[in-house]
Amino acid sequence: MVDFAVKDCTLAIVATGRRAQTLRELRDILRDVHPGCVYHHFWGTLLRPQFADREYNNDFATWCHHSLHDNRAAERLAVIDPAEYTDMESLRQELIEVIDERLDETELMLFARADQQFHFARSVIVVFDTHRRLARPAELVTALHELSVGSIFYHFIDARRRNPRGIDDFRAWLLGLGPKYRELCAVLAEVDPYFESLFALRDRLAELFAGHLGHRGRTEARTRAPGS
Amino acid sequence: MAGRATISLLDRYADYAGQDAIEQLRQLAQPLSGLKVVHVNSTRRGGGVAEILEKLVPLMQELGLDTTWEIIEGNEDFYTCTKSFHNALQGKAIRIPEALLRVYEETNGRNAEHLRPVLEGADFVFVHDPQPAPLLSHFSERRGKWIWRCHIDLSHPYRPVWKHLRQFVLGYDASIFSLEAFAPPMPHPVFIIPPSIDPLSEKNQPPTAEEVLRVLEKFGIDPGRPLILQVSRFDRFKDPLGVIQAYRLATQFVPSLQLVLAGGTASDDPEGEAVLREVREAAEGDPDIHVLSSGHYSDRTISALQTAADIVLQKSLREGFGLTVTEAMWKGKPVIGGNTGGIRLQVIDHRTGFLVDTPEGAAMRIRYLLYDRPRISQIGQNARELVRQSFLNTRHLREYLTLMVALAHGSADRIELG
Repeated sequence: MVDFAVKDCTLAIVATGRRAQTLRELRDILRDVHPGCVYHHFWGTLLRPQFADREYNNDFATWCHHSLHDNRAAERLAVIDPAEYTDMESLRQELIEVIDERLDETELMLFARADQQFHFARSVIVVFDTHRRLARPAELVTALHELSVGSIFYHFIDARRRNPRGIDDFRAWLLGLGPKYRELCAVLAEVDPYFESLFALRDRLAELFAGHLGHRGRTEARTRAPGS
Repeated sequence: MAGRATISLLDRYADYAGQDAIEQLRQLAQPLSGLKVVHVNSTRRGGGVAEILEKLVPLMQELGLDTTWEIIEGNEDFYTCTKSFHNALQGKAIRIPEALLRVYEETNGRNAEHLRPVLEGADFVFVHDPQPAPLLSHFSERRGKWIWRCHIDLSHPYRPVWKHLRQFVLGYDASIFSLEAFAPPMPHPVFIIPPSIDPLSEKNQPPTAEEVLRVLEKFGIDPGRPLILQVSRFDRFKDPLGVIQAYRLATQFVPSLQLVLAGGTASDDPEGEAVLREVREAAEGDPDIHVLSSGHYSDRTISALQTAADIVLQKSLREGFGLTVTEAMWKGKPVIGGNTGGIRLQVIDHRTGFLVDTPEGAAMRIRYLLYDRPRISQIGQNARELVRQSFLNTRHLREYLTLMVALAHGSADRIELG
């Protein structure tokens, strides 16, 4: 059985100095902005200050709603699931398509206030090994409570971009351990990571693992404790 | 079993930030262990930068980084010049005489020679704000990465002054700004690191109930009636007159309401005096508006007022980050804030407070919260939790460490440490 290597990560946010005040400007900048910006405004934003119950799953949609007050654009941008795209270029193209479609159907040019422009930023992700290894899935029942939100981000969100099937690291590990975890994987697949804070997401995952593996988790934790 | 003789500073922060956050700092710092890091600014006491470094430096040391804090020294002309820089970079049209600019550069030249043994071999040098910015030009043989940390809102600078300063900061390996909106285009990476508060500092430690009562009594505030508070300089951008208007609108429905406007005016700000006069005129005849304007209140007094308030306002029309918002939220208060600048990063509508664009909007939210008291404590708890997660100095430190790792690895977007 392959151990689960617990990693952690942090982000450094890098400003590009490029900013948009209208939907057209947003589209034009998106055409040639650093691909890391697309990553940052979909995923990186989850590691920034936020509270539970996010309305939209990416910064572009949030800006259209709050600053441009263009709810149609916001709603259409919000349904883009970044995990469906294999690379940043195809995700960038989809964003441009959606914005183009919106620009085609309206002659109204909405402006954001000068102090509410969209600031393009990218992130540098630093991944480091915690040197913690989990031998059995049931160990996650207790381990999840102790993981940093950086670890939750890395294994549950960033993983969707890294793993060939666009799935999180927990499922990737469980699926490799045989059919007995199929039900848990199905439940994990239902967790939408974009609408709550990473703290709330950590609690939710811990609850799910406890619900499915709780008894085994406690037993294994007890048996491993003296030597660990 | 023998206990530890002393509790480390990191352990003390674990009580607030959580053990997981402290463990993360330790792991992130491992690849930086033993590196020589120097912070340079122009004062060891007073001001936000010194306040941040007072804790950041010992925390970095405890994490195994060989960190020191150096001060540059100058004469009165030097500080007159850098004060003008500060005001001009925040948008005031100020012409700085050539003679003062020469003093600025010469002072940096002298300090460079004095600090050469420390700075030349350092792995990372953080130069804070404009005062020491020209140091870099004296270190052509430098070994490490030099980072300019700008704590000032540079979103609307007075262009001629910024143009002058810019020549000194272009050569840095990176710069840091507090918000995206503050950052001008630069030829090097510009990192965004928002400010933070120190949960261990006196102003962020909870006052006792007796202390709070003493402060209320001193200013003639009735502890049994609802209280709203704005802590801010008397500056038009902080909209103190808008706060009074919101208070008056709200008192039509909550007649027992009291308002405290606490703050000072900068000694070099004649407009501040004018704003204060207007505020006093607007408040005249209403014993429930308390204008506290001497500007010499201790941190404990402000902390007591924040603790006593039911709601804290920061109805700014323009704001940098708004650390008084962070401090109020840390005390578990819902904040009604102007929909601008860094307030938007902290006040999340209906969750940690309310963003408003008008005095009417502020009045409506005051009425709403005072009507639905349980919401005050619920939103207040959310506010404190958001600060705990995102605006404590442990997060600030984590982002400095991340930046150092990122710079040490060149321009990669993804860095995997061993």
